[in-house]
Amino acid sequence: MTTLPSQTDTKLGLVIDLDTCVGCHACVVSCKGWNTQNYGAPLSDKDAYGTPEGTFLNRVHSYEVQPDQGPAQTVHFPKSCLHCEDAPCVTVCPTGASYKRTEDGIVLVNEDDCMGCGLCAWACPYGARELDLMAGVMKKCTLCVDRIYNENLPEEDRVPACVRTCPSGARHFGDLGDPNSDVSKLVAERGGMDLMPELGTKPVNKYLPPRPKDTLDCGVALNPVAEEAKGFLGWLDNALEKM
Amino acid sequence: MHPAPSVIFFTAFSGLGFGLLAFLGLGMPGLNGWLAFTFYFIAYAFAVGGLLASVAHLANPKNAIKSFSQWRSSWLSREGVLAVVTLIVTAIYAIGRIFFDTSMPALGAVGSALSILTVFSTSMIYTQLKTVPRWNSPTTPFMFVAYSLAGGALLAGQVTLALFTLALYLLIVAAIAQLLNWRVGDQRMLTSETNLGTATGLGNVGVVRQYEPPHSGKNYLLNEMVYVVGRKHARKVRRISFVAAFLIPVLALLAFRDAPHIGGMLAIIFHILGVIGSRWLYFAEARHVVANFYGK
Repeated sequence: MTTLPSQTDTKLGLVIDLDTCVGCHACVVSCKGWNTQNYGAPLSDKDAYGTPEGTFLNRVHSYEVQPDQGPAQTVHFPKSCLHCEDAPCVTVCPTGASYKRTEDGIVLVNEDDCMGCGLCAWACPYGARELDLMAGVMKKCTLCVDRIYNENLPEEDRVPACVRTCPSGARHFGDLGDPNSDVSKLVAERGGMDLMPELGTKPVNKYLPPRPKDTLDCGVALNPVAEEAKGFLGWLDNALEKM
Repeated sequence: MHPAPSVIFFTAFSGLGFGLLAFLGLGMPGLNGWLAFTFYFIAYAFAVGGLLASVAHLANPKNAIKSFSQWRSSWLSREGVLAVVTLIVTAIYAIGRIFFDTSMPALGAVGSALSILTVFSTSMIYTQLKTVPRWNSPTTPFMFVAYSLAGGALLAGQVTLALFTLALYLLIVAAIAQLLNWRVGDQRMLTSETNLGTATGLGNVGVVRQYEPPHSGKNYLLNEMVYVVGRKHARKVRRISFVAAFLIPVLALLAFRDAPHIGGMLAIIFHILGVIGSRWLYFAEARHVVANFYGK
């Protein structure tokens, strides 16, 4: 059924730290690797050695943010499925392929039922779903459901591939429904936020905003040390000016 | 949004086909035998042709049959179920008309109501999407149903002058619905709260600008939902489609009042061209909120 569960036992999700992310795209690559070799249809590349175009479940945008005062900041912005509580992608699905799990809130696609109409991708505000053009089925982040419960893996590997691989510790995985979990505490402490809250999707994944920057006295450091050229260089400057 | 020919053809022709079925079910025109067959043939060619076009849009059509299962929650599923039920109900009525010279008015009326309901559910597939502010308004179902009834009346109206007048009025109603849809759509775009600031949550920090996209090539999202060509010529396409869909048909009906076959034919041809133009724009002009992430 593509109706949403009224509540889920846990709310597994990611917390992404926009202050710490360095934009290395390691999470993008590890996600593509794991999800091509494991559950479901592989994430295809169209013309892999030519024009790069293919399916990814995780992408890193890079933004410049210009505050009212002070210099602009660079923010790297990883984006994947937010496993929304009120997921519009699930209810629009005509075949019953899209569903949200009652036990942990993970939003998944049953590829055996998907007819590739693409309506769920239209319904998602975050661009979290990409139709794989080779397989003809909708692909999305599974929160590495085939890792997190996988007892064949060492315990430290039972987290999503993107979290496991992040070299800067910018990605955290846990139960956001439990106010005492590490991720919930982190969200409370750092003012974790929802993306596009105005659309009412109630995302489970949270983003931690960049920490406020130091107010360095930039003006002094960047003042020119010599406004007017003097001596030989002054003469040269004048001579060249007159030519 | 990407204006896929299959989806344009689907919404345009299934709308026209079900519009015609709505009139035929009410006995407008009340024909039997071969003449009835001709009208039903056109209606079914348009309605079924449109539905088949929508199947061509699927990446994995072997699972299309499963789309009848989620009618409790999904408008797309409801649309499929309603379309099939409507085609069966109207087919029984049509068989009575064509082969047995009998009319079953109650069944015909149910078929008509179902036809309109099918067009309504088609429009709800688009109306429900909060992610496309231009579509997410009550003017969308109003416009789809008005277009369907105007086109249906034109297609049904070749023989009786009374229907001709009805087609004229319905064209005017549909023209108003279209203008309203453009106006409200433009307002929705202007008043949309969603921007790159809310999309990234960084709007609280300052003004956000993308300086490097996440991928150097294109991807499904850009191809499907970040279609920007249509916005450039939107005003011109609006004028052209409005003239073709409404102005010329209305003038043709008035000018050839004494020769309804000629006036009707002209009106139908231009109206269909106008509907296709308007539907192309309906998709091409619509901006999906995901475009914010790409700064487009």
